[in-house]
Formats: sequence, structure tokens, C-alpha cells
Amino acid sequence: MAESKKTGGATTAAPSGIAPSQAPKGTLDGRCPQGPIADRWTKHKFELKLVNPANKRKYEVLVVGTGLAGAAAAASLAELGYNVTVLTMHDSPRRAHSIAAQGGINASKNYKNDGDSVHRLFYDTVKGGDYRARESNVHRLAEVSGNIIDQCVAQGVPFAREYGGYLDNRSFGGAQVSRTFYARGQTGQQLLLGAYSALSRNVGAGTIKMLTRRDVLDIVVVDGKARGVIARNLVNGKLERFGAHAVLLCTGGYGNVFFLSTNAKACNVTAAWRAHRRGAFFANPCFTQIHPTCIPVHGDIQSKLTLMSESLRNDGRVWVPKKAGEARPGADVPEDERDYFLERRYPSFGNLVPRDVASRAAKQVCDEGRGVGSTRLAVYLDFRDAIQRLGKNAIAERYGNLFQMYEKITGDDPYRVPMRIYPAVHYTMGGLWVDYNLMSNLPGLFVLGEANFSDHGANRLGASALMQGLADGYFVIPYTLGGFLAAEPLGSKVSTDHAAFAQAEAETKERLQKMLSARGKRTVDSFHRELGMLMWDHCGMARNDAGLRRAAGRIAELREEFWKNVSVPGSGTELNQSLEKAGRVADFLEFAQTMVHDALYRTESCGGHFREESQTPEGEAQRDDQNFSHVAAWEFTGIGEKPALHREELSFEYCKPSQRSYK
Amino acid sequence: MSSKEQGLRLVLEVWRQKGQEDAGRFETYVLESVSPDNSFLEMLDQLNEKLVKEGQEPVAFDHDCREGICGACGCVVNGQAHGHEKGTTLCQLHMRSFPNGAKLVLEPFRASAFPVLRDLVVDRSAFDRIIQAGGFVSVSTGSAPDANLVPVAKDNAEKAMDAAACIGCGACVASCKNSSAMLFTSAKVSHLALLPQGQVERERRVSAMVAQMDAEGFGACTNTQECEAACPKEISIENIARMNREFFKAKLKGR
Repeated sequence: MAESKKTGGATTAAPSGIAPSQAPKGTLDGRCPQGPIADRWTKHKFELKLVNPANKRKYEVLVVGTGLAGAAAAASLAELGYNVTVLTMHDSPRRAHSIAAQGGINASKNYKNDGDSVHRLFYDTVKGGDYRARESNVHRLAEVSGNIIDQCVAQGVPFAREYGGYLDNRSFGGAQVSRTFYARGQTGQQLLLGAYSALSRNVGAGTIKMLTRRDVLDIVVVDGKARGVIARNLVNGKLERFGAHAVLLCTGGYGNVFFLSTNAKACNVTAAWRAHRRGAFFANPCFTQIHPTCIPVHGDIQSKLTLMSESLRNDGRVWVPKKAGEARPGADVPEDERDYFLERRYPSFGNLVPRDVASRAAKQVCDEGRGVGSTRLAVYLDFRDAIQRLGKNAIAERYGNLFQMYEKITGDDPYRVPMRIYPAVHYTMGGLWVDYNLMSNLPGLFVLGEANFSDHGANRLGASALMQGLADGYFVIPYTLGGFLAAEPLGSKVSTDHAAFAQAEAETKERLQKMLSARGKRTVDSFHRELGMLMWDHCGMARNDAGLRRAAGRIAELREEFWKNVSVPGSGTELNQSLEKAGRVADFLEFAQTMVHDALYRTESCGGHFREESQTPEGEAQRDDQNFSHVAAWEFTGIGEKPALHREELSFEYCKPSQRSYK
Repeated sequence: MSSKEQGLRLVLEVWRQKGQEDAGRFETYVLESVSPDNSFLEMLDQLNEKLVKEGQEPVAFDHDCREGICGACGCVVNGQAHGHEKGTTLCQLHMRSFPNGAKLVLEPFRASAFPVLRDLVVDRSAFDRIIQAGGFVSVSTGSAPDANLVPVAKDNAEKAMDAAACIGCGACVASCKNSSAMLFTSAKVSHLALLPQGQVERERRVSAMVAQMDAEGFGACTNTQECEAACPKEISIENIARMNREFFKAKLKGR
């Protein structure tokens, strides 16, 4: 294990860095165990207190969300004996957006005998995150990655297999080993259905109380501890109170702040934002991932963007015309008038540079007026050469289903004309701040999966989101929640008659009523679209001081207009999808300002966060370890007010930060 | 090119029902300038924007991922669940496949086991209860052996995956004259019966799931194959045959 040798905490200081503009109000401790990194989780598990098996059923746990993290947590905790209630906004727990993940799930099984190890997965993830994640958390993630595959196979997840009957793996970006397990292009679906089956087994056995079509609209905090939630029954509109000893938010990311993203339509920040407003810190909200290969925007009615698997870049060549404003169709542009800009700029990685690099390069050529298609916001992904070299059949075997999906959506046949692609918002690395136990700064409030900020730093590697969601749910929370509950007296659960519940319910009711009674002239979607456009233009693939300040000002105006001029038909006492959307957009309008504030604060570039002021002479992201090797966790101080900063310093004992280079 | 530039004109007859107790009725709307590049749900978004601007209540419909995998969306379009295109969910159906001036009749997925909650939104929780009755392997977190301990023949793994691709949308039920849930139930029974991990509970599973399916009020299968034709994931009715065999074997063993 030579590679696990300590390499010290040396950092590459950027001499041109800009010192943080805001002084911290406080510092945060991730409460990571100490000692050799490979022993920390084992040691910690032993040191965590246990709850007496006979007492477990007396502890009530609320799980919000049924994606990979929520479903896995709920099932695992119910199996341990806790009294679990699960809430989902969907009509069925199986609809959660984890279902849409395509590519795969990483695990350091080393079944390929190609040199993978826990330490290598740990190292790749810390490096891929551009040195903005906690080493202890990431190592734990790598340690349990193998157990996840074992668990899923035992549940009957039909992973791809080789002819001998053993599990197959494929390669993915950011790694030089083959460690990605997959189920066709539907890995997320199969893993979620596995977790859903475990959840369902417990529901059938009566060990989980499952409530669907419930939208959590507030978190109830009593004496600084999370004690329950207020949810709206989406069928009859009734507000319901749920009390518990602990609340687990497994509510996903906030990519829909951009309106157009690869997220499902209902994905929202509401539960996380409401927890934030009740005191939970929001960490690194500016860390968002833009995926380079999505089907471009085609018009102003478009409702979402569709991802095309990253694997297409293995054989497709990315290019734009050399000349700005080229009018000929792609296939008619002669070879010497094409600019294969990724191959030109990054000769060694070519079309396979990481997601953030590929996305920024596409934006740059479009900014130069060389984009293609009717909107000029697209680049070509061309399979002409691969088809000539390998034959149409070989390409069809590799990408047939993707080509079909592309043709279905765009009406173009990618075997004959180059695909058009453009980057789109895909994943959010930021989230509620949690310690090593996945507990937020509000005791009793745990945050799992994409909703927390913990493991991916400033950029997530492909096939690692599924890994993290399931790690948190199956193998972390069952231990760490016990550690918390063991110190909680059974009588500490607060009655839902408590004044804090009544107050939260009344506030929620008032908010809903305010939206319903505005009776304005603009639809909810029109506000959401405008907010999304603002965020995309100023807080998207590239950000700068002036643009971010402009966005902050405009968001405040838009928010004000929303409350005066939104039109929400219907009432609050029925199934009212306009009202559901309005509440989500109202929260996005508040959250967006914190996100922009974080992007303004972080004057360095790192991972998915590219500040134009901080780049190398060649135009690449320039990290500033001297000033920004920390987590920025924000405390709510009022709507539109400057949030207070809490810093958690990051130290790198095992993975020495270095400038990423793909030239 | 004219319809591409000006968009399509559509006449929509949409089922409107305020709630479970309401009788419901069709309402007609004319929608202009629908881009052929839009998906069917984006066309409904356009309709709803128009309705809200006119001060009317928008049409409620379930939807989420809009890429054909979550299974939330779906309604009956001109008599066909998810519309006329084979192997396609409503969200992946694009307006370019409709002619200018088309008249479209939109109804919810109807079945007595799928009560209408509002407009095109139905309650499909019966599907969840069928899974809760037995659509799982009883393995608690932490008790799994190494993933490669039990090899699975590639053919079986592929067939299991074909069945597991079901998205639980309910189109099979909506398109069946008996409102049978056999395709849905058999897909899960097959998925697990084909894998070594599913063997221990094989008989108990099929018995419990079929009993729950009946208790929910779904009808029986009379082999009309409408379900397979409507299934957006093209789940094969071979699965129904397999479930029938599994069921008889379980009964012969008295389980």
C-alpha cells in the first residue's frame, strides 16, 4: 500500500488569489475520527453508542424521500427495529428521480484484476472532486462500495454479466480502472427498484408506515433539535404534522433552480431550504455539475433537458465550424473547415476530458458565435469517422438505444448527420452541511444522498452518485443514527400538539394562502423560466463578479414580483399542481440568492465552479488552495439578507492537491 | 415547412374531473402554434399556461422525469394508452407524429382499481401493494454474501432484466378490456423467478402477489395481448405464461 503513504498537507497557492471577502462567523467541525484513514470508520463504528434492541421500536424516525438514499435508509432502519415513517411527494416511492440514472455504480471490487482498491477509489474521488471534499467521508464511501454491490445482487438487481455468469464492469470518466457495475442503460432504475423492494417488504410486514403524495413544507425545530415536519397531503390539501425522534432528509438536489436541467420536473429544494431557514447550514451551494452531452434546447416551451450518456464521447468527435455563423448543414462542412476543439486543445485526453472541462470548452466556442443548429447553442458530436472505421453495425451495437432516443426527440438520424449536443445542469454537489455522522448542525436532522454536500467536493465523478446515495442509506445511517438516538431519552419526542408544530403549520398555511390570493397575471412557470435563465447566464458554466451581482439584484426583484403577481388558480383544499409548483418556485427564488452569494464569495475556480477571474493563462480553472481550501456553510439570516459564513477547514493528509491537467 | 414554422393546430378533448366524487366530463380546447419538436407533455404544458392565463384551472396530469423511465406519466390518447407510437411513454411521444388539425381525445388510465383523483391523475397505489405482498427478496441489509459468489447465466440475467424494465405506469391495465394487472405482476414474478436469488421465496411470492392482485379488483387475463402492445417498455406476455406456470407449481405444492 505504498500509495497510502501520507503525502502531507502541502497546497498549491495561487499567488493571484483573492482573499475571501467575508469573515467567518464561526468554524465547523466535521467530527471526523482521527488516526490512520483506513481504520477511521471501523473505529468510529465501534465507538458509536448502540440502542438496546428492545428499545429500538420505541424510537420514531421520519424519512423524507424515497430515492436511493431514502428507500435504503428506511428499509435498513426498519430491519434494525426502529419505528419508521416514510413520506414521498410522488404517487409511488418508485418514482424518485434516482430512477433516471443511466450509466452505472462504482465499487472497488477489483473483479477485473486491474489494480483497483479502496484506496484508489478514494483517491480518484477526492481528486475528481478537485480537493474540496472531506477525506474521511470519501474513504468511508470507498470502503462500503463493495458491500453495496453485494446487497443489490442479493436483492435480485439484474446487473450485466459475462458469459461465465460473473458480474461485468465498464470504464467511466475520471478513472483508469474498470469499476463501474451497470444494468444496461438503466442502472439507477434497477438499483432504485432494489431499494424500493426492500422498502416494500417492510411496508408489507408493517414495519414501515409509507405515506405517498405528501409534500414536506417545513421542518419543526424545538429547542434547537429537529422534531418533525409539516407535510401537505397533495390529494386533499390538508396540512399534516409528523413528530419523531429524528428526521432524515433524503430529498435530492436543487438543479431545477435552473428551470431547464436533466432533473425530473418535481425535483426541488423545498425541504432542504425550509430546514435551512430553521437553522441548518447550507454548504457550497455554488457547486453544481454541468453535463456536457445533453440534447440542446429547441424552443421556448421546452420543459426539460435529456442527457445522452457520456459514453458517446468514446467514439464521437466533437466539433464546430471554424467560421462563425456557418449556414451549411454539418455534414456539408468540409474537413478543413471544421474545428475539433477538444482534440485541438487537449491532445492527450481529446474528446474524453472530464465533464466540467468539456462543458466549458463547448460554451466558449458558442460564445465565439460558432455554435450550430437553429439556436446556435450546440456543438456537433459526429460519428462519421467511427462509422467509416468500424461500420454502422458496430456503432449500432454500442449506442443503438441512444441513437434511437436521439432520433425520437430531435427527428434527426445520427447515423447520417452529426448529433447536436450542449451542456446542461445535471447534479448538485452542494447541499445541507452534515458532519461525519451525516447529521446537520441541527441535532436530530440527518441529510443523506444528493441533499447533503459531503462526498463529491466541487465535481462528482460519473457513477458515483448512486454509490453515495446507497452508501448513506444502507451502510452509514444505520450506525450513525443509533449513535445519536442512544443519547436521546425516549421521552424526548415532542408531541405534535406542541406550539412549535402549531406555529410551523400556521406559517405554512399562511404562505400557501398568500400564493393563492395573489391572483396576479404571471404563471408560476414564467417566473421559474426567468429565474432559470438568470441562473444559467450568470451562475452557470462560467461566473464573474459583475454578472453574479447583477443576478443577485434581479433575483430579489423577481421574488418581489412573484408574491405580487403570481397566478395560482384553484384552492388549497384539493389536488392543485399549480400550488405545488408555486411553493417550489418560491423557495427556489430564495435559495438562488444564497447560491449566487456563495459563487460570489468563492473567487477561486474549482471543479464545476468556474470564476472567470481565476483561470490559468491557457484558460483553465485555477484553484486557490491558500484561500479556499474550506467548506463554506451558510447560515440563514433573513430573506435576501447576506447569510452568515461558517467555515470548515479541509485538510488533505493522503491526497496531495495538485492542478488538474488534461493536455 | 409551414407547420414547422407556425406550429400545429390541435383540437383537444380532455377529461375533466374535479375529484373522486365528481362525475367528470369532456371539455374541448383548441390549441394553436404547437411546435412539432415538443413532447406531448410539453404540449399539455402549453395548454395549461394558456388556461392559467385565461383564469381557468389547468389540466392535472402526473409526470416527472420526462425521459420515459419514472413511469409517472400516461393517459389514453385517442383510445391508446401513451398514444399511438410503439414502445413509447407519453413524455417521449413528440408532436411531429401528429398531423396539423388533429383531434386528440385524452382520458385517464381507467380501471376500477385505479380511481381517478383529478382529470388525468389516477391512484395506482394498488401496484405498490402488489409489490408489498411479495415482489422482493427477503434479504436484510448487511446479510448479503459476496456479489460474485453465485454466478447467474447471462441468458437468465438478460431475461430477468427484460422483465425488470417495467416502469409501473399502468398502461397494461388501462389497455386491457378486463383491467388485468397480469403483465405488471408477471414482470416482477418473472424477474425474480429467473434469478437464483429469487428461488427461496419463489412459490410464496407468486401466490401472495396473485392474491393481492385479485384483492385489488384487477380482472383476469383473456390473452388479448393489448397490454404487450401498449407497454412502453415492450414487456413480453411470455411473462404472463411464466407466471401462470409458477402459480400452478406453487398451488400443486400447496403454497
